[in-house]
Amino acid sequence: MERKGNPASFILPALTFLSMLFAVYMVFVYAPVERTMGIVQKIFYFHVPSAWIAFLAFFCVFLFSIVYLMRREKKWDDLASSSAEVGVLFCSLVLITGPIWAKPVWGVWWTWDSRLTLTLVLWLLYVGYMMLRYYVADPEKKATLSAVVGIIGFIDVPLVYLSIRWWRTQHPSPVMAGGSDSGLDPDMARAFFTCLAAFTILFVYLLMKRVKLEKLREELDGLQERVEETHPK
Amino acid sequence: MTRTILTILWKDLKIELRTKEAFSASFVFCIIVLVIFNFTLDLTTEEALRLGPGFLWVAFAFAGVLSLNRSFALEKEEGCAQALMLAPVDRGAIYVGKLLANVIFMLVTEIIILPLFVVFFNLDLGGKIPPLLLIFFLGTVGFASVGTIFSAIAANTRMREVMLPILLLPITIPVLIAAVETTAYAMGVRDEASFWFRLLIAYDVVFTVASFLAFEYVVEE
Repeated sequence: MERKGNPASFILPALTFLSMLFAVYMVFVYAPVERTMGIVQKIFYFHVPSAWIAFLAFFCVFLFSIVYLMRREKKWDDLASSSAEVGVLFCSLVLITGPIWAKPVWGVWWTWDSRLTLTLVLWLLYVGYMMLRYYVADPEKKATLSAVVGIIGFIDVPLVYLSIRWWRTQHPSPVMAGGSDSGLDPDMARAFFTCLAAFTILFVYLLMKRVKLEKLREELDGLQERVEETHPK
Repeated sequence: MTRTILTILWKDLKIELRTKEAFSASFVFCIIVLVIFNFTLDLTTEEALRLGPGFLWVAFAFAGVLSLNRSFALEKEEGCAQALMLAPVDRGAIYVGKLLANVIFMLVTEIIILPLFVVFFNLDLGGKIPPLLLIFFLGTVGFASVGTIFSAIAANTRMREVMLPILLLPITIPVLIAAVETTAYAMGVRDEASFWFRLLIAYDVVFTVASFLAFEYVVEE
């Protein structure tokens, strides 16, 4: 049992901490303030990487679910469910930072823009996934059923995106979404990619932590059972 | 394979013919939804025509959840599910049989609701009925393809009545949008809907195949 002394368990949190510090420096000191949006634009460096990580996490759920159904080893289920939880966390961050950014810049909290709507639908899908896990008692059943939902849900993502996008073109939005990231200042781009890297490391760190928590919980359940066996009430 | 499918289908139809539970629940529910829409939105005939496709599909989707919920809850009672699993047949065939039964239940309700909708909102759909029925069929297959496997999943949970809509409705957003848009086209409200028609078929194919393949994992004991 590795508790302390494992170099890997020290390197990852240290790396996460340092890369986050560096990312904050890049965002607030290094990158220039945007000319029209002003300081509010800084939220972009957290908003977009969060979205990126949420998608990455949901893709991981899909992959780990497939591996679980093929191998039937608990660790793949732990990885899938942990990715889903971390994904929902980052998805929530996207949905919170989005309106904070949109209000001063576009003048509205929310617009049914395709990316925004897709994020909301994803959030709903994976919150459903987590609820399903909560309501199934048997651990193996829980793992298989949620793996099926993890796979079918992810297959749906391109179709949801396509349909919302096409729907948007027919029901024009009241606000103009403005240009995308085209022509991003090179200094801003550097800050952005630093953030992206830092968030990816953070994702891996959180995922590992969450998986470990799951293992400890299982260990605890095992111990509890043994206590109840040897010392019946 | 075909025989197994037909046996499962016939079994479900027979239960339904005797109890009429799925039909009565979804039929009454559909009418209630239409009545509520009428009161909450107070529509004129033109508005009803423009918003009608959306009303219909909201009613169909919610009523569909009701009848889908029963599909596997029924098997769980009296240990029918176990007996089904013990039967030496392909799990895929069970899925297809259940899917067909669910599609038929939903379609029957939809076909009976359509004239009521026309009467309630004083519409004139004339010769638009055959294309409408085709779209009802395609939309229902898409909705029920995921609905059938999710009904089996939800039947394993402690809160199955709640779990099914929460899992199913977000995932069926593409097919619902496509069904509403093509229905609007068939009613003559929209000029062009070829993209939606293709999306509708794509959704049907993708999710029928995916659910067919995944079904064996859901029902294993």
